[in-house]
Amino acid sequence: MLIMRKVYLDHAATTPAHPKVVEAMLPYFTGKFGNPSNLHDPGREAKNAVEDARAKTAALINARPEEIFFTSSGTESNNFAIKGLAQANSQKGNHIIVSQVEHFSVLHPVKTLEKAGFKVTSISPDKEGFIDPAEVAKAITKETVLVSIMHSNNEIGTLQPIEEIGKITREKGVLFHTDAVASVGWVPVDVAALGVDALSLSAHQFYGPKGAAALFVRKGVRIKPQIEGGVQEDGRRGGTENVPALVGLGKAAEIAAVDLPARMKQISSLRDKLLTGMGERIPDMIVNGHPTRRLPNNVNVSFLYVEGESMLLFLNMDGIYVSSGSACTSRSLKSSHVLSCIGTDAAAANGTLLMTLGTGTSGEDIDYVLEKLPPIVQRLREMSPLYEDVVKKRKTS
Amino acid sequence: MEQYSSKVMEHFAQPHNVGEIENADGVGTVGNPVCGDVMRLYIKVDNNTITDAKFKTFGCGAAIATSSMVTDLVKGKTIDEALQISNAAVAEALGGLPKVKMHCSVLAEEALKSALDDYYKKKGIPSPVKMPAESGHEHEME
Repeated sequence: MLIMRKVYLDHAATTPAHPKVVEAMLPYFTGKFGNPSNLHDPGREAKNAVEDARAKTAALINARPEEIFFTSSGTESNNFAIKGLAQANSQKGNHIIVSQVEHFSVLHPVKTLEKAGFKVTSISPDKEGFIDPAEVAKAITKETVLVSIMHSNNEIGTLQPIEEIGKITREKGVLFHTDAVASVGWVPVDVAALGVDALSLSAHQFYGPKGAAALFVRKGVRIKPQIEGGVQEDGRRGGTENVPALVGLGKAAEIAAVDLPARMKQISSLRDKLLTGMGERIPDMIVNGHPTRRLPNNVNVSFLYVEGESMLLFLNMDGIYVSSGSACTSRSLKSSHVLSCIGTDAAAANGTLLMTLGTGTSGEDIDYVLEKLPPIVQRLREMSPLYEDVVKKRKTS
Repeated sequence: MEQYSSKVMEHFAQPHNVGEIENADGVGTVGNPVCGDVMRLYIKVDNNTITDAKFKTFGCGAAIATSSMVTDLVKGKTIDEALQISNAAVAEALGGLPKVKMHCSVLAEEALKSALDDYYKKKGIPSPVKMPAESGHEHEME
């Protein structure tokens, strides 16, 4: 029997855990099950494992171990950063600056703070998704306590000029948080070079397990705990540590630090092969984001006159797993806020596919996608009244 | 998101009656590309009976499946019978739809009613077609 090829191109949703990550985690479920808060040997054994993971996580982003606070998810890290930094520093002012294309785990806590009396400036991106550092500089007032701009966009992959924004916030003495959940493990991230005061990262985005994430908070920066009642994480984040998952995060960070250059080179060349190949085979395709200043594994394209969910379902039947920015694939029936902010036509946004490559993606996988996708798009176009109208119009003109 | 029924997947993967009818007796186009679904339904009418129906749809799996099903249901029916086909009947014939996709069945009913309305207009007969109330397609916060 012929076994169907399976091509997972949704690494922005989650990655599999690296086998070495799983191997490192396993002892901490059973033999080394201690609680890091205990002083006895099993407790100290677990504590040492957590601190080892902290050191490895810190090393990946050039931070100090004591600047790493473990959390349960990227969403929690972002909530912690936004609410914790704004609330702890509100004696200075009540103004927050964000971009419109942030993840909802930044935008929603910001909205909550706005309801509680904070003022918010939301900066719009250009058509490739970039935030202009000059716009950030212009928006800063005496009342500004926090700027939060993501390191890269999780949907369109655009890499923001964080270093330039960091220079501005340092000069003006304003705290700067960056959501680097989509970036860490895929591009170099160095908190010293970036000049950020806080940075979010999540393990399952780069071959670690789900349930482990971190917030970097620069030494000396005040942050208000959001989960209270425990002494863990230096009193900043209560709750018994998820020791196995944190060990997994540490291992994933250690692997990423070594593999990163090769990872980027291999994946970006496959990404370009996919992008070029689709462009050659499928007419009326729009590439969303910037052609090169994007995450090495990110492909975001809109195919005109067809809808994303139906493409996704047909691809799924062929063993190809992707995401879509269409209204129909979201529970809210709204197409991606990121695409609408960069000015993508709403109908085109509904024909968007997000394909994110990983370390296991091969050239044969890309060939397979390039073989399967064009007939799917063509078949759906032949079924589409929008395409019918365009074809008729083209014939008459 | 809820999963699609096997009947929906069947009609999505191999939709019936895809295409156009040249010189159709009635054509209806409903929906909005911004919301993600546009349906166009063609009917051929002979002696007050719908002898053929075809569709073209831009939309999700449910939109394509409901288009396929409504064209199946309408073939061989008299105009009066066709006017009785409701969105619930389309959804039921598909073994149900996820809650967030029920608006696709409303769209299918609208497309049919719009094609029938067009048929009356072309014939110069006052149209008895009542378009269904706007679908429950409300945009909520993400």
